[in-house]
Amino acid sequence: MKKQSYMNPYLAGFLLGMVLLGTIYVTGRGLGASGAVKSVVLSSVMKVAPEHSENTAYIKTYGEEHPNGPLHDWLVFEVTGILIGAFLSGVISNRVGIKLEHGPRITNRTRIIAAVIGGALFGLGSQLGRGCTSGAALSGMAVMSFGGIITMIAIFGSGYAFAYFFRKLWLK
Amino acid sequence: MGPLVPFIISNEFNLIIALISGIGFGFVLEQAGFSSTRKLVGLFYGYDFTVLKVFFTAGVTAMIGVLFLDRLGLLDLSLIYINPTFLWSAMIGGAIMGLGFIIGGFCPGTGICAASIGKVDGMAFVVGSALGVLAFAEGYPLFEKIYLAEAWGPVLINEKLGMSKIVFAFLLTAIAVITFYFTRKVENRVNGNQTKSPATRLFKYSFAVGFAFLVLIITAILPDKQSRLEARINNDLARADFAQVEVPADKLAVEIINNYYRINIIDVRAPEAFKAYHLPLAINIPSDKMNDRQWQTILDQEHKTNYIYADDQRTARIGYLKACNLGKADNYILMGSSSAFKSTFTDILPPGPGADKQEVNVYNFRQKAAADMMRLVDALKNSSAPVIVKKSKIKGGC
Repeated sequence: MKKQSYMNPYLAGFLLGMVLLGTIYVTGRGLGASGAVKSVVLSSVMKVAPEHSENTAYIKTYGEEHPNGPLHDWLVFEVTGILIGAFLSGVISNRVGIKLEHGPRITNRTRIIAAVIGGALFGLGSQLGRGCTSGAALSGMAVMSFGGIITMIAIFGSGYAFAYFFRKLWLK
Repeated sequence: MGPLVPFIISNEFNLIIALISGIGFGFVLEQAGFSSTRKLVGLFYGYDFTVLKVFFTAGVTAMIGVLFLDRLGLLDLSLIYINPTFLWSAMIGGAIMGLGFIIGGFCPGTGICAASIGKVDGMAFVVGSALGVLAFAEGYPLFEKIYLAEAWGPVLINEKLGMSKIVFAFLLTAIAVITFYFTRKVENRVNGNQTKSPATRLFKYSFAVGFAFLVLIITAILPDKQSRLEARINNDLARADFAQVEVPADKLAVEIINNYYRINIIDVRAPEAFKAYHLPLAINIPSDKMNDRQWQTILDQEHKTNYIYADDQRTARIGYLKACNLGKADNYILMGSSSAFKSTFTDILPPGPGADKQEVNVYNFRQKAAADMMRLVDALKNSSAPVIVKKSKIKGGC
C-alpha cells in the first residue's frame, strides 16, 4: 500500500487551532506536552527513591502540589491522547512501522545519540522556560501571553542561530 | 459560558476531555507530517516551512477564536490560564529548547507523535527529554535564580505593546499572511521549484485569509455582552411595567417568615451599605457584580423566588432587570427602601386610643413579624451566611 501524503499545512494548522480553541473553551487551559513527561518522571522518582525526593526541594514541592500522582494529571491524559491520535493518523495514512530517519551523512547510531541529547536539552529547557512548543509557545500565543511569545521567539531564534553548526546532521 | 470546567464539567471528567483533546492534537500533528524530523527541521534550512505554516495558522486561529468567543460572551477570559512571564527563564529556556530542536529534530509533542507510529528516534527523543527533566529537578538549585528572576506575572503581549487585543490580533494575522507568502518564495528557491500554484489553490487561500479578517472585523465592531446587557436594561427601564412585581414590606415579611426556604432576598446595594444594615436573611449581590458567574446559580434557581431591594427605586429596578436578563428565577422588587423596611419593623408605634381595628391588626402583625424574623435570623445564623465561592484557579502550561 502506498503511503499517503501529508495534509495541507494550512488546513492542519486550522484544525489544530480549532482543537486548541475547543480545549480552551472547555477547560480554560491550553495544550501541552513536556508537563506530562515531568509528571511521569518526578512521580517515578518519588516512587523509586522516596527518601531522595524528600531531600530534593524541587521534587518535594512538586509532590506537595500534586498529591494525586500522575494518574490525575491533566497533561498525562492529554499526552496519552496524543499517542492514540498520532497512532490512528499513522494507521489511516499507512505510516506505522519501526523506522529510523536520519540525514544522509550520519549513521543510525549518531542519529539516536543526537535524538537523546536533543531530547535532554529540550526537556531541560522546557522546565526552565515553563513549557515547550505546545504549552508555552502555541497555547501562549492563543491567549496572547507575553512570556509564551518570548519563549516561542527564543526557541525558533535559537534554532536558526545553531542550524548552521548542525547542518551535517540533516543536509547532504 | 466557557470555560466549562469546573462549573459545568467536573474536574474528574476533565481528564476525559484531556484525552479527547490529546487525540485531536496527536492526530493533526501526525497528519501535518510532524512525526518526521525531515519535515520539522526543514524550517531551519529553508527547504520545508511546514512547521511554521501549521504552527502560525493554529496560533492565529485559536487566538481569533478566543477573542470572538469572548466578544459573544461565551468565554470568560478572566478565568483562562495565561502563562506567567518570567523573562530570563523564558528566553534562556527557549534558547536551550531551540538548540535541542536542531540537534534532536523534534519537540516534546512531535517526538511523542513520532514514537507513537514507531519512529525509533522519536522514542530516543522522549527518553532524552525525561532525562532532561530529571536533570533540571536534580540541579534545581543551580537554575533557581534564573528560574525565578524577573517574574512579571500573567502579562499580555498587547499590553506590553500598548495596544488593544483586537489591534494586536489584526497585526499578527497580517504578519502571518506576509510570512506565509515569503516563506513560499524561499521554499521554491531552495528546492529549485519553478511551478506556480494553481489558481484554485490561490483562490482558496485568499478565501481563508478573507474569512480570518472578516471574523476579526465582526469581533471588533460587535458590542460586548456587558454593553448589550446594559443597552437592553436601559431600554426596559423606560418601558417595563413594574407595578406587577413590586411588593410592599408587609408582604415580603410574610414571605420571609413562612417561606424563607423558598426565597432569596437580594441586596443589590454596595457591600458597605449591606454591612451597615440589611434585611433579615438577605444576601449581597452588588448591582455591578451580578454578571459574576458565582451568582449564576442564585439567579437561575427555578424553585426559588428572588426579592430584590436597594435604597432607591432606580437601583432596585436595574437589579431586577439584570436578574431577569441573567437568570430564569421569578423576581420581585421590594417597594420602598431598606431603611423603610427597617423602620416598619423596628419602631412600631402602638396605635392610639381611638385607632380602628385595621390599625390594631397592622400593629399586632408587625410586632409578631418583627419577633418572628428575629428568631428566624437567629436560628439560621449559620446557614444564611453568604456562601463565599472560592475563585477557581485554572492550572495550565507544560
